[in-house]
Amino acid sequence: MTAAPLTSAEIEAIRAQFPILRREVNGHPLTYLDSAATAQKPGVVIDAESAFLRTANAAVNRGAHTLAGEATEAYEDARGTVARFLGVAENEVVFTSHATEALNLIASSLGTASLGRGAGSHADAAPLALREGDEIVVTELEHHANLIPWQELAARTGATLRYVPVLDDGSLDLEAAARIIGERTRLLAVTHVSNVTGAITPLDALVPLARAVGALVVLDACQSAPHLPLRPRELDVDLAVFSGHKLYGPTGIGVLYGRAELLDAMPPFLYGGSMITTVTMERAEYLPAPQRFEPGSPRLSQAVGLAAAIRFLEGVGLDRIAATEHELAAHLLGGLASVPGVRVLGGVDPAGRVALASIVVDGVHAHDAGQVLDEVGIAARVGHHCAQPLHRRLGATASLRLSAGVHTTVAELDRAIEAVASIRPFFGLDGGAAS
Amino acid sequence: MSGLEQLYQQIILDHSKHPHGVGLEPGEVTSHQRNPVCGDEVTLALRWDAAGERVTEVAWEGSGCSISQASASLLATLAEESAAEGEAWRPEELRALIDEFREALRSRGSIALDEERFGDAAALSGVSRFVARVKCAMLAWVAAEDLLSRRAGV
Repeated sequence: MTAAPLTSAEIEAIRAQFPILRREVNGHPLTYLDSAATAQKPGVVIDAESAFLRTANAAVNRGAHTLAGEATEAYEDARGTVARFLGVAENEVVFTSHATEALNLIASSLGTASLGRGAGSHADAAPLALREGDEIVVTELEHHANLIPWQELAARTGATLRYVPVLDDGSLDLEAAARIIGERTRLLAVTHVSNVTGAITPLDALVPLARAVGALVVLDACQSAPHLPLRPRELDVDLAVFSGHKLYGPTGIGVLYGRAELLDAMPPFLYGGSMITTVTMERAEYLPAPQRFEPGSPRLSQAVGLAAAIRFLEGVGLDRIAATEHELAAHLLGGLASVPGVRVLGGVDPAGRVALASIVVDGVHAHDAGQVLDEVGIAARVGHHCAQPLHRRLGATASLRLSAGVHTTVAELDRAIEAVASIRPFFGLDGGAAS
Repeated sequence: MSGLEQLYQQIILDHSKHPHGVGLEPGEVTSHQRNPVCGDEVTLALRWDAAGERVTEVAWEGSGCSISQASASLLATLAEESAAEGEAWRPEELRALIDEFREALRSRGSIALDEERFGDAAALSGVSRFVARVKCAMLAWVAAEDLLSRRAGV
């Protein structure tokens, strides 16, 4: 069953919930097309964080006073909201500072297991240990956050890092993937949606390759969680991460999902208070997941804000957001395809794409191109978007990225396409309006 | 003049399209500066007179946005003009110029570059209103500063 896209009236009602969309930039209404970098916050998120700080703030999981109890309840309620959102159990949800930390947590934990250190007396981390001859597989699409931790893990354990290459059209070389993922593969780390091309990764082709050889699958869901229903179990991945701030929630919070048995076998990442049972001067026993991975004072108002963001998205409906995005993606890619001198990284076919496009304007550096958009109040990202290898592969050092959010209208995309068409003429190059 | 036209004055566009001072010698002492945000790069050399007391030339190679490339070109032009007028920079003079340039660019539009001292490079004054672009304009000047520091053994 396919959900209906949001109507114009519904999008207008959503827009009214984002206070920042009322402001102007350089004398123009803000056109925010940088949601892939960070999403704007609806009033309910801002209010939830604020209300928590005003009425319920206290240290959680310690102390017995009333406020401490309420704060703990709010924090655990946030975990429950995330678990429901993902269709997983509450003890499978770990709060981190951001998605980058979540990925580092996994890599660091496996590194610790590789040193022969365990997760505590009740769990055996030895099967997670990596050694020389083992292989970690990533893809050439990855954000640096889903690449560098694996480079480091490989260097620390003697394992080899390999990658599934990208074809000229920006898609993954699945034939190569079938050769690369094999008996030696212990872990596959892959993004769900590319933050440069907006392409949805064909997990149905990749994950079975890893499953067939018993490799763990780590999913970077930062760019998919705001756009598509995210169900790690249905996707058959072992671990998945996403960030709060790209999901209309606060900065300073990320989520790690892990299969319960797996999380319970993983050694800690950070050590300290709130993650232990018994401590002597010589050693410590650790709590089970998720507490084992949440030492120190947790991110309280951020967790509460993230839960509010998720309820906001559930209210709109992720299936309807996905249907709307599909229309926006087709409109955006179609419009950009008609602008002379503009190349869209990953091509202009909207099939399997979220509403995100990175462009290279012939003869104009991305930084200069972005300035032309900023002049008319359009916020877009310029640079390599933390994906230098992919840019290099596609023959660009930097690009200009337009990324839609739940509040984006077709009229805003048209404004952006028109502004893109004005870039080359501004710099004295042949251009012309979008036809 | 719109903000955009103040930023991209014709002098800047001309220098970015037809840059001056491009070309390094093999083995020359250079400073390589990068803007990791967008990938702008400048590799720059200071060329000295026989006595090693004055800068006669600024040479560079690079890639990146028009501001970063024009700024390097304008610095090379300024060096060339100063030398042609018999006023090639002593290290302390170049250092003072770099400090002045930085102060103006970080002033958010409150300090304009002095045309007497900066020549066509004064066109970069408009960059100071665009906080995100100051680093682009500084790249070549930071490279020159780095070379001066290394030469002084700092």
